[in-house]
Amino acid sequence: MTVSRTIYAPSREGLRDAYGAMQKIRCFEERLHAEFAAGRVPSSVHLYAGQEASAAGICAHLGAQDYLHNTHRAHGPAIARGADLIAITKEIYLRAGGLCQGKGGSPHLHDARLRLIGANGGVGSGAALACGSALAIRHRQENGVAVALLGDGACNQGVVSESFNLASVWKLPVVFAIENNGYAEATATSYAIAGDNLAARGPAFGMPSTRVDGADYFAVHEAAGVAIERARSGGGPSLVEIMAPRFYGHYEGDAQKYRAPGEVAELRRTRDCLTRLRQRMIDEYQFSTAEIDAMDAEIGVDIDRAFAEAAAAPPSDPALLMRDIYADRSGL
Amino acid sequence: MSVKSYRAAIREALEHEMQRDPDVVLIGQDLAGGAGGGGEDDAWGGPMAVTKGLVGKFGRERVLDTPVSEAASIGAAVGAAAAGLRPVAELMFCDFIGVCCDQILNQAAKYRYTFGGQDQVPLTIRTTIGAGQQLGSQHSQALYPLFSYFPGLKVVVPATAYDAKGLLATAIRDNDPVIFCEHRLLYRLREDVPDESYTIPFGEARIVEEGGDVTVVALSRMVHVAAEAVRALREDGIDCDLIDPRTTTPLDTDTIFDSVEATGRLVIVDEAGPRCGTASDIAAIVAEEMFNALRAPIRRVTPPYAPVPAAPELERSYVPDASRIIAAVRSVMER
Repeated sequence: MTVSRTIYAPSREGLRDAYGAMQKIRCFEERLHAEFAAGRVPSSVHLYAGQEASAAGICAHLGAQDYLHNTHRAHGPAIARGADLIAITKEIYLRAGGLCQGKGGSPHLHDARLRLIGANGGVGSGAALACGSALAIRHRQENGVAVALLGDGACNQGVVSESFNLASVWKLPVVFAIENNGYAEATATSYAIAGDNLAARGPAFGMPSTRVDGADYFAVHEAAGVAIERARSGGGPSLVEIMAPRFYGHYEGDAQKYRAPGEVAELRRTRDCLTRLRQRMIDEYQFSTAEIDAMDAEIGVDIDRAFAEAAAAPPSDPALLMRDIYADRSGL
Repeated sequence: MSVKSYRAAIREALEHEMQRDPDVVLIGQDLAGGAGGGGEDDAWGGPMAVTKGLVGKFGRERVLDTPVSEAASIGAAVGAAAAGLRPVAELMFCDFIGVCCDQILNQAAKYRYTFGGQDQVPLTIRTTIGAGQQLGSQHSQALYPLFSYFPGLKVVVPATAYDAKGLLATAIRDNDPVIFCEHRLLYRLREDVPDESYTIPFGEARIVEEGGDVTVVALSRMVHVAAEAVRALREDGIDCDLIDPRTTTPLDTDTIFDSVEATGRLVIVDEAGPRCGTASDIAAIVAEEMFNALRAPIRRVTPPYAPVPAAPELERSYVPDASRIIAAVRSVMER
């Protein structure tokens, strides 16, 4: 049985890629969680685990001409966009050979060649930067789109509302993809989101908007497809709110005492996008358990290699301190 | 060559650069004005009438009027620059940086560095500065020292129409974010300016007067006020070097050092405030590097450590005038 009601039903090959990306993100982050606990990660990291369907469902529709503006929960979208896993890991370890030469770190994973734009510390500004990417795309008639990933927390910043409005006024090819994981740091959306519905903000700015279950890869894939196609065909911006659970704390080391006892275990049991996708691939797309296990094993090898290379990489060159502050140093 | 206002010189630079490079786009409030209204298009041509006529030549695709959304529109300009356009964004009053700090100070300034040099941000932000129009505390500041605090930004403070035109062309062609600070009281200043396009390199001060007794460094409109003081002092037999750095980042310290080496006396005139300002910055650099050359304490002539008041009597005593500069120069000559 295949899904027929969707406009953007993923192909079997598409599902293989999506599962591969999601499994890679999950395994990578579980490994990173363990490495952090062992004291081997030199900086602060924010894990994406639980939200994998969001990155994979969006990236399935993106091509080389498209921009993806990341959040500080950056590892997942960077992996789904196809950034080099070894360079990602080296960047998180702040070593030579990292994606940003160790100058950005975990939240700022950025790969200009992939048009993967690193997150910003103030969280909301990606929405505005994405409007700029979209303006450039339109100016050059590139037939591309800019997707701004935003957290539920960022949506309470003024710049995000301004960007919703600007994108709509200028009819920019932008998709605002809100990953609502239930918490802005330690504060629940039930407290901080007036109206308790971020998707409802879209129509207020003249944008179509939808809310989807982030535990359901198919639902994300469909909603992202509709919004991205609309932007690509000149229809203007859209908003997609993806309700995706956060399996870890705000940052690693967060004891998460603000969450109800048993909450995470329950989310892992009932709202795990990865186990759901795996089951549907077997039930509806004729994947065998052995086939999926073989993919998992291959991914495990890639992850072991990435962490081994990052641990063995030399530290950043001290000469980098004063490099790349300016592109043009004349007069300085 | 023809007589042009500072405003017209800036407009001409914008027009030349837009003709030269199709990736130059203008972003700001009311750059044309009249969008969506029932009346005239290009009704304002910019809140300061600097961009008048450009929408007629280049169309609304390249002259983009924005909602009142400095954070989104400056942020979009940063994103567009990183994606390869060469935007010129207008921040109507520098005072409004309060609502788009993150976009300028964190995004534009640090984009290249944070991402390990993968990109460049060829963005120009035109903004206006200065007191003297009774506009009060939130439309009258001279905030360029704030921008110079941040590595990654370049900061231009043109005092003349000639410099404004040449430096704006340089700013737009530059591959880094440049904050271009136009003093509103200078818009009507008129002088001979070449009709053709030209550039002036950043980091090269202009020696306005050569004297030899005292070095006077002044910025933006203060160059004109200092020039008045220097003329008066000359009649009294005190000859000053008057130096206009023209850009505060990069800062031409060599020209200042050379002058101070000869004079041993330094007065800095700045419309920015007395704390953490450009005058303090230059004073610290000279004190550190040229201490042995100094024959008198460095004097700074700045507004008081107070917000800018609106009432004309108060505002007049806020902004440094020639008499204060003359007094400062005389005081260093006594040592």
